[in-house]
Amino acid sequence: MSDQSEIDEFRTATRAWLRSSCPPKMRLPMRSEDDICWGGRRWTYRSDDQRMWLLRMVERGWTVPTWPKEYGGGGLSSSQANVLAEEMANLNCRPPLMNFGISMLGPTLLKYGTHEQKLEHLPKIARGEIRWCQGYSEPGSGSDLASLTTSAQDNGDHFVINGQKIWTSYADQSDWIFCLVRTDPVKKHTGISFVLFDMTTEGVSTRPIMLISGNSPFCETFFDRVRVDKRNMVGGLNSGWEVAKYLLMQERDMIGAMGEATTTLSVSQTAKKYVGLDAQNRLEDIQLRAQIAEFDLDEAAFRLTLERIAAMQRTGEVNPAMSSMLKYYGAELNKRRWELLMSCGGSEHLEWESERSQQGFAARSWLRIKGNSIEGGTNEVQLNVIAKRILELPGA
Amino acid sequence: MSFGFTEEQIMLRESARDFIADQAPVSQLRKLRDNKDPIGFSQDVWEKFSEMGFTGVLVPEEFGGMGLGHVEAGIIMEQIGHHLTTSPFLASSVAAVTALRHVGTAAQKNTWLPKLASGEVIASIAIDEKAKHRPAQVALRATPTDSGYTLNGVKTFVSNGHVADILIVAARRAGEPGDSEGITLFIVDSKSQGIETERTVMVDSQIAARITFKEVKVGVESVLGPVDSGWETLSATLDAARAAAAAEMLGLSDEVFDRTLKYLKERKQFGRLIGEFQALQHRAAMLYCDLEITRSLVIHAQKQLDASSLDVSRAVSLAKARAGRTATLAVQEAVQMHGGIGMTDELEIGFFMKRARVLNELFGDTNFHIDQVAAQQGY
Repeated sequence: MSDQSEIDEFRTATRAWLRSSCPPKMRLPMRSEDDICWGGRRWTYRSDDQRMWLLRMVERGWTVPTWPKEYGGGGLSSSQANVLAEEMANLNCRPPLMNFGISMLGPTLLKYGTHEQKLEHLPKIARGEIRWCQGYSEPGSGSDLASLTTSAQDNGDHFVINGQKIWTSYADQSDWIFCLVRTDPVKKHTGISFVLFDMTTEGVSTRPIMLISGNSPFCETFFDRVRVDKRNMVGGLNSGWEVAKYLLMQERDMIGAMGEATTTLSVSQTAKKYVGLDAQNRLEDIQLRAQIAEFDLDEAAFRLTLERIAAMQRTGEVNPAMSSMLKYYGAELNKRRWELLMSCGGSEHLEWESERSQQGFAARSWLRIKGNSIEGGTNEVQLNVIAKRILELPGA
Repeated sequence: MSFGFTEEQIMLRESARDFIADQAPVSQLRKLRDNKDPIGFSQDVWEKFSEMGFTGVLVPEEFGGMGLGHVEAGIIMEQIGHHLTTSPFLASSVAAVTALRHVGTAAQKNTWLPKLASGEVIASIAIDEKAKHRPAQVALRATPTDSGYTLNGVKTFVSNGHVADILIVAARRAGEPGDSEGITLFIVDSKSQGIETERTVMVDSQIAARITFKEVKVGVESVLGPVDSGWETLSATLDAARAAAAAEMLGLSDEVFDRTLKYLKERKQFGRLIGEFQALQHRAAMLYCDLEITRSLVIHAQKQLDASSLDVSRAVSLAKARAGRTATLAVQEAVQMHGGIGMTDELEIGFFMKRARVLNELFGDTNFHIDQVAAQQGY
């Protein structure tokens, strides 16, 4: 049987299975982060449909389709995974599970983890049992992440960790943390290690940070004499920076693609609804029309670029720093999208508390999105990376 | 969708790159300009285009061509953009061939396609009549007679119209300017009585023509495609030409960006390479992103053309619009980052700026195509 006919057969079977297994309500567009199934010990399902959809996908390993089966994945080839993604998109199936274990830690452990570490952590991620958070930024270490000072003191078979992290997404709802710690006070980049620990360990505490959106997706996270077993170190002592950078690339891809993943409001549909059309079926506001058309142009171009780079990544012919491009452009595009959506909605989108506005969904999203060009490395840092790693400009 | 090139396409790109870099670099355009060459391109290069099969890239094999698609035509156009090679390739081998392939009768195909494939006949398309590209506004009149039609009107911005042997002319037999209905295409011998051609050297040193049709008599056999319903073929022809222009702009943008990067790595001021300054690094990085994102659209448009997709007009408009914007940015950044030397005629950067301006205007500028995209989306 040819490769193509195998793929065609897989497509037919997948489509049939998705049709019968994905509950209709899980095929409605996701409007916001609220509709995401994050999983974890403390997760309360938004509906039975959400729980059922997750269980069915977990059974097949399709929450993480390309991970090996022994680690809870689906063991699919990249072309099969593409087919699955396409078929899910065609039927508007929501991702059954989305979290930082799937998008960031999993790929990193697959590359740098030991067999034991993979066996311990990956299946729990695949099944949605453990929710992870990311201990990277510190109050004094933002763009200059490698200057971090949270210390891990060597105590024989374990480390003792002291310090503070900030902008830890959903730390207060997470079960485990992957964390950068300083294991050598003298050397900057080569004095960092990458460790994993349970958030219920004694000495860990979190405090949510209220953002301009009125929501608290981020926390401050404090470590006071936290004991971490050395077998939970990934990638060797003082070799954490390489692991950290690899993980950051996964994060950049995720943020870059985020504007495309959740089906938010369409800008032009929103404009038609609130601004209205003239006799020639053009938007009443001709300046806004031009801005929206420019946006649609760039969005279509960006979506095709995500596909193109993903295809290149599969064949390995791509500079890893390309993820900085996607992060930079995707974040700018998303900010533009929400500026336009605010313009389209006028005073309707300014409401903050009403039922009608879904408690200010538009306004809060608009504000939340401003962080896209800051989190995961500011866009200025991404441009530095492109200048140095791709353009090879001097002294960058 | 797949973005990768096949082995054959990679070979075509390499042979086009080597040949054009060697035989038709920017210095050749400069020489043609300085010598006030009446033709405006090298006939020698055109003959070699034919030997390499480029002129027949889109012509089916049964008519002596290579029978390839718009991806391949785009590969050649990109290399043309790198070196600003002047030739009738876009107008003749891409646009005119597309029109004939699309809707030509057996007789028309037999007469013209082999000669277009070999390059011995040069064709151009005569669409625009005013300063801005508005194809539905065609006003050149086709009046029926006993034996055919009489054409009256004016065409402008006809690429290489001064040397074209045949012209594919968009004429109005019915309706009013602005209607897409009522347009008929004709294949017209450029030597026909009543045709007056003014050779117009453009800012990019390439040559176009302003062509006046005064009581030009044509037979019924010169009608290309359905009478009054030529809009579809006209659009298909223009889409092919637009995608090709977008590919040339992409190649041109890549070239000026490479040259600019090189300059940032060798020019020193304040005791440092200017490429060390973050202000310039960030602008270079942003331009890089812009180029890569436009590249996806250009490839997509070519593939949609080859697949005869229903979405082809939108895909082409997106590509042409963004390639125009990217090229405009790339040449402006190139001149600015080169500083004073960038303003000199001696440096080749200025040639790219001029060509980018012409290509942007050709077959609809960025605003025209963005407007098309918005209209197609119903706003």
